[in-house]
Amino acid sequence: MAKDNQTFEEFMKGLWRENPVFVQVLGLCPLLAVTNSAINGLAMGLASFFVLLGSSILVSSFKSFIPKQVRISCYIIIIATFVTVVDYSLAAMLPVIHKELGAFIPLIVCNCLILGRMEAFASRNTLPMAISDACGMGAGFLFALVSLGGAREILGVGEFFGISLFGPNFEPWVIMILPPGGFITLGVMLLFFNWLEKKKINLDNQLAAEER
Amino acid sequence: MSSEQETVCPAGAPEPSSIRLIGTLAVAGILSGIIIIAIYIATFEAIKENKARALRESVFRVLPDVTKMQKVLLKDGKLVVSYEEEKDEKPIYAGYDDSGEFKGYAIPSDGPGFADTIGVLYGYRPADRKVIGMWILESRETPGLGDKIYKDAAFVAEFDDLAIEPPIKAVKKGKKTGPNEIDAITGATISSVAVAKIINKGNDYWVSKLKPGEEPAYEEPPAPAGSEAEEAQAQ
Repeated sequence: MAKDNQTFEEFMKGLWRENPVFVQVLGLCPLLAVTNSAINGLAMGLASFFVLLGSSILVSSFKSFIPKQVRISCYIIIIATFVTVVDYSLAAMLPVIHKELGAFIPLIVCNCLILGRMEAFASRNTLPMAISDACGMGAGFLFALVSLGGAREILGVGEFFGISLFGPNFEPWVIMILPPGGFITLGVMLLFFNWLEKKKINLDNQLAAEER
Repeated sequence: MSSEQETVCPAGAPEPSSIRLIGTLAVAGILSGIIIIAIYIATFEAIKENKARALRESVFRVLPDVTKMQKVLLKDGKLVVSYEEEKDEKPIYAGYDDSGEFKGYAIPSDGPGFADTIGVLYGYRPADRKVIGMWILESRETPGLGDKIYKDAAFVAEFDDLAIEPPIKAVKKGKKTGPNEIDAITGATISSVAVAKIINKGNDYWVSKLKPGEEPAYEEPPAPAGSEAEEAQAQ
């Protein structure tokens, strides 16, 4: 039972408490580049999720076999293999999305979030923990991509997942789907998360004071 | 084996030999290579089919009423039908209706846009020397502005009946006067002008070579040799 709690904790840590984007501020390059619509964010998030999970499983399983002197190269080989699998599968099954994401699928290889989780977590923990960490971080990244993509799509096009929200009289705020809009939205979201964090710390302090 | 020592990575553990380091990377590389080849082979047919379907759809889009197409190449100044899958110099596509009557050519052309190269496919009918449709195959124009060259249906429709002489010209919205002029998109003038220029570039090369009355007749494609039959079954 205690173990179940721990794996769940690892999952929630990635999804919320240590969200890779909003708290750790990792993997911003693909984040800013592909989130001009919610569907692109979703596809990119799922692709990264798959790569992260697959690589975590392999790295955690073979951690005793990989000498530490060549570990980074091995991680990159493993990650690159999964990325290639994703790249070709998307091209075969969802050509439209593949065309839209373009070069950013191969670039998952150099997403520091994924290599970071391999080095910091998967290579030091048991398989179940690594899986739960990868799921958490992957879900956290997915959540960030979709919320950023969704916010930008709603403001910049007036649609959400391609469904028109405001009717024909809506004047789209074009800058939101241009690169500056990505930075603005990300900035506002980071602000919100930091505000939440601060509020939580204050609340914790207050509770601690009351207990005393 | 040394692997047990590395499980815990104690301080002062002996360095693994270079052979083992190289061996680990070699094994990882070989396994990775095998997986990549496997996925390449597994998806090859589907990716090829996707590309062919995308091309077919684009051709049918720029040539109204067309249901059949065949690839045409210019060889020694003559138009010949080609079935080869190899990389061609400059293929165009001849479109026919159900009865096999020639309807027009779909001509690919490209050129610089605002952001990157724009690839355009446009329909051309030699009989009345007119552009009869346009579709963007490839572009990285600014989302929300330049991408209207394919997202704005009104702009795409400008090319449905367009004279090619004098050369096509993009003019400010609402200032259109001649049959060779199109309304540029407000906020995407450079992209609109680029599309017009790209079509003119294609015309410069092709129009003199596509004389009316010299269209290749529709030929049923040769009996599928293997791959196409399999694809038909898969569908």
